[in-house]
Parts: sequence; structure tokens; C-alpha cells
Amino acid sequence: MITLARTAALCACFALTACTNANRFDDTNAVDLNSAQTGLAGSPSDPASPAYFQQTVGDRVLFAVDESTLSRNNQLVLEAQANWLLANPDYFATIEGHADEQGTREYNLALGARRANAVREYLVARGVAGGRLETVSFGKERPIEICSEEACYTKNRRAVTVLSAGAQG
Amino acid sequence: MTMMRLAVFLLTLVFLPIFAAGQSLAQNGPLRLEITEGVIEPMPFAVPDFVAENTEAQQYAANLARVVASDLTGSGLFREIPAQAHIGKITDFGAAVQFADWRAINAAALISGAATVSGGNITVKFRVYDVVSGAELGNGLRFSGPVEGWRRMAHKVADAVYSRITGEGGYFDSRVVFVSESGPKNDRRKRLAIMDYDGANVQYLTDSNAIVLAPRFSPTGDRVLYTSYETGSPRIYVLDVGRVQRRVLEQQPGTMSFAPRFAPDGRTVVFSLTEGGNTDIYTLNIASGQRQRLTRAPSIETAPSYSPDGKFVVFESDRSGTQQLYIMPATGGEVRRISYGEGRYGTPVWSPRGDLIAFTKQSKGRFHIGVMRTDGSEERLLTASFLDEGPTWSPNGRVIMFTRETRGATGRASLYSVDVSGRNLRPVSTPDGASDPAWSPLQP
Repeated sequence: MITLARTAALCACFALTACTNANRFDDTNAVDLNSAQTGLAGSPSDPASPAYFQQTVGDRVLFAVDESTLSRNNQLVLEAQANWLLANPDYFATIEGHADEQGTREYNLALGARRANAVREYLVARGVAGGRLETVSFGKERPIEICSEEACYTKNRRAVTVLSAGAQG
Repeated sequence: MTMMRLAVFLLTLVFLPIFAAGQSLAQNGPLRLEITEGVIEPMPFAVPDFVAENTEAQQYAANLARVVASDLTGSGLFREIPAQAHIGKITDFGAAVQFADWRAINAAALISGAATVSGGNITVKFRVYDVVSGAELGNGLRFSGPVEGWRRMAHKVADAVYSRITGEGGYFDSRVVFVSESGPKNDRRKRLAIMDYDGANVQYLTDSNAIVLAPRFSPTGDRVLYTSYETGSPRIYVLDVGRVQRRVLEQQPGTMSFAPRFAPDGRTVVFSLTEGGNTDIYTLNIASGQRQRLTRAPSIETAPSYSPDGKFVVFESDRSGTQQLYIMPATGGEVRRISYGEGRYGTPVWSPRGDLIAFTKQSKGRFHIGVMRTDGSEERLLTASFLDEGPTWSPNGRVIMFTRETRGATGRASLYSVDVSGRNLRPVSTPDGASDPAWSPLQP
């Protein structure tokens, strides 16, 4: 049944592709609550905190080389992200798509956008309002691991759901 | 960070009267270097210090000759005979040349020059000689302009020498806009910079608060298109090089725009726009803001570049499953695949001569810069390394500059140039790391 539900969710993704024209929120007022630079907000033991979202729910999914399809593990993480976002409607999110360094700059930007969009569509299919979810691609510009080995590349091929405070903060 | 107005040195140019000393006419035909694809023997030349025709010119006289020598040697087509080997001296620009002195040291070409400085202006004149026949090659020329622009005059001299001897246009009086990089790999700071083609006179055009990518010159070199994350998402900007003023060109909400390039008319921009995870190619009329969609496919279409006549666009697409190169009419329409070799092809750039397309190729874990004809034939790989990418053409279509990034945690990006034949691979010196070079047209 779970598999069937996922299949249904994926189908819903494709059906929703055409209507993802989200209303936009103002970038300048959004505050990154779980980005590496700003540190975590709240206590990881508080299930409603961004820290909990990042550490327990899991804020990122990883991709195979040149792929933007979501593995089963990815889908489990995104189910949990969707549930968290549904339970905490004050938060918006920007999904950041990234690529490893093995590729040309422009292609990696486009690939990162595919990855971010795959996550966004999954979350929307699970009921998260499209207007709460933005996407951006950093291509190969923002690696988190810096070696030139697959051990690093695998962590860099990622889409990270970065929370931001909604209108109420 | 304060932005200074960039100095734009306007030069005036005057032909000198034909050399009067009536030397013998060329006996073996004019001095000529045919640039072929094979290995060539660099042509030996001598360029003695320019003659300082007044005291103020003294500090420039030797430097002018050094820049000329560096340009010619750097092309890989010429070899300098150093001053220590010279027998003759040129102390009077107008005096007859003692060709025997220059034949004795096996110089094929001799460049003599003189400089005068007055009231903040420098005047440079020069002549080029075929040493063997004792004839002057072309007319002498005289340039004048502000002293700060003295390097440009040396580049002009070198361009004239290159052009008279090879029969092709030069490329030395040109600039390169690029991304200056600092900081570790996981916190790289990027800002736009501009410099002379040889790495001199670096000036910064943006600060490093936002990621900037892939600047591209307008056809006249007065403006630069680039991509910036200033708003948090990649968007295309246009920057006036002289005034260092920028404005955003594309800011449709919910989209990303990147990979811009000017059309040869300088009024249209071709670029990639991503919407709903899908990347396609569009054009934008800068004045009217009118946008036209050229591709409509679920695959990635990016890195567009115009043919010099503006009729076609070459771009990359993964519609076949991997990145390959395609050509379509500049208004969109039927698409023709041109790359068929093993591996992936990206970042195509049409040469200014129109005959070749330079590209980045990934194959078996290596990156290459290569060229192919516009029908995809005669593919030739010019470089190989851990990561080479993003070729840009010299104004005369003879040299390609690109980004080379080294492997590993301390990996660093820097600029290299290589002759279109694959010879003469050289690093281009920059103060920090550097990537995404774009070569300007020859300066007026």
C-alpha cells in the first residue's frame, strides 16, 4: 500500500507540473533559519523547531550522477518534510538544488534546478501549498564537501530544503 | 567598495610618411609567416628599446619595447633575440637602419620605435623591417593618447607587426572580463574583474557579496552581460564598462535566468531561462524588453552562442540523454545536432571567423577544450586536464582562453590560453583565482 501511495504521489507530481506558478514571497524579509551560516533556530528536541526539521526530519536529499529522480529513501525524507511543513504552516521554504563539480557551469545550474524542482513537486503533491515553496539552483557553486572524490561528490549532489519564517516569523 | 570610473584610453592614430632611405626592394618576396596547423618555427625578431625623444619619455621607452616583445613571443609565433645579443643599436628613429648588424644576429624582423611625452600625453611611433631584404613592412604609424594608456600603444604596435607578418588580424590590444575568485572551495568569493588580455591593469567591477558568473562582452566591448545572485536567485545583468553601472535585465518571478550572450547587433541577448525545473533558450530585446522563446523541450537547453552573422545559434542540450551540441536558426526552428563523438559536449562558442566552434568536452573522467567545424567535422581536442571549461575566442580567432581548475580540496581555478592548433598552452597571470574569461573585440 505504501508503494501504491508513493506511486500515486509521483503521478500527482507530474499532473501538477503545469500549475506550479506559486505566489511569491519577499526574499528580503525571509530569514534562513537552518542554513549553515545562521545556525539553527530552536531546540532539536522541539518537534516544531527548524533544528528538529534539519536534524531529525532531514533537510536534504541526495542524487545519483546527472540524475534528478527521487530514490525511495529520498521519498521517505520528503514525506517527513511534507508532514512537518503541513504541521508547521508558518514556515516557508526555499529548496536549493546543487550539483557536484564534474560538469560545466551552465549545465550544472540547470541540473540543480531540476533537482530542486523534483523536491518541490513532491512536496506539493503531498499537500504543501506551492506558494510556500521556492526553488533556486546553485549548480556547482556551493559545494559542502571539497574533495574531488565520489565520497564528496555524493554529498554535493543534493537538494536542501531551507526554512524561512513566514509572515508572522 | 568604491567603484572608480574605468579609464578608457582613446588613441589617435597617424600614418608616418613612407621611409625615405630607399633601401633595396625585397628580393625574396615580403617577410611572411604562414600560420598553418602544423608545428612552426617561431620567427626570430629584435625589438631594441624605443628611442626616448625627450626626457619625460625615458621611463616608457624600454617598457614599450618589453610589452611588444612579450606580446609577440606570447603568441608562440615569434622568438625574441634578446638585447644582449644585439650588435646594432637604434638611437635615432629617423636614421637609416644598418641591416647588416641585424642580419648578423639572424633577426628576420626588426621593430624600431620612439616615444615622446608631453603634458600627460604620450606619442609612440614605430616601423617594422624585413631584415633580410632591408625593406620596410607597411608604413610607419604614430599613436598618441594619455600616458596611462602606454601599454595599449605597445599592444597596437605588436598587433601591427603580427598582422603585417602573418596577414591576419592581431589580438593584443584587447581586454578580458572574468570572475576573480578567492577563499576556500566551500566558501568561494566571486567578483567580476576586467584586465588587459595579458593580465595587466586588473580592475574590479563588482564586489564579492553575491556569486557572479560567466561575464560576456558586447560586440563593441562597451557592455558586459553576466549572471548574479544579488537577489538570491540567478539573474542576468548588463553592466556599462566605462561607467561601471549595472542593471538587471531579466527578473520574471519564479524563474532563473543565466548564460547570456549578445547577438552581433548588440541589441539582442540570447540566454537560458529556467521555469518549473525546465531550462530553455530565449532571446530578449534589450530596448523593448520583448522576449522570444527559441526552444520548447523538457530537456536542458543552455549555453547559447550566436554565429558571427547573427543567423544561427549553437547551444547544448541533453535531449538525446547526454549533453551534445546543436545549431538552430536564430529565431528558433529546426535543430541540427553537430556533436557525435564519445563523451559529453557543452559550452559551445562560435569563432569570430565563423568557421569553428569551440567547446568543453567531458570524456572518460577528463575535461578538454576542443574545436570542430560548424558541421561537426574535424573535431580536435586542444587540452586535457582534471577540469578545463568555458572557452572564449581571441578577436582574430587564433587563440582560445579558458578556465582550468585543479583537483582536490585545495583546488583552484585559473586562466589559460592555447593556440587553436593546440600549441602554446600558457597560463594567464591573475592576482587571485580566476574563471569564466570572456575576450573583448580589438579595441578601437
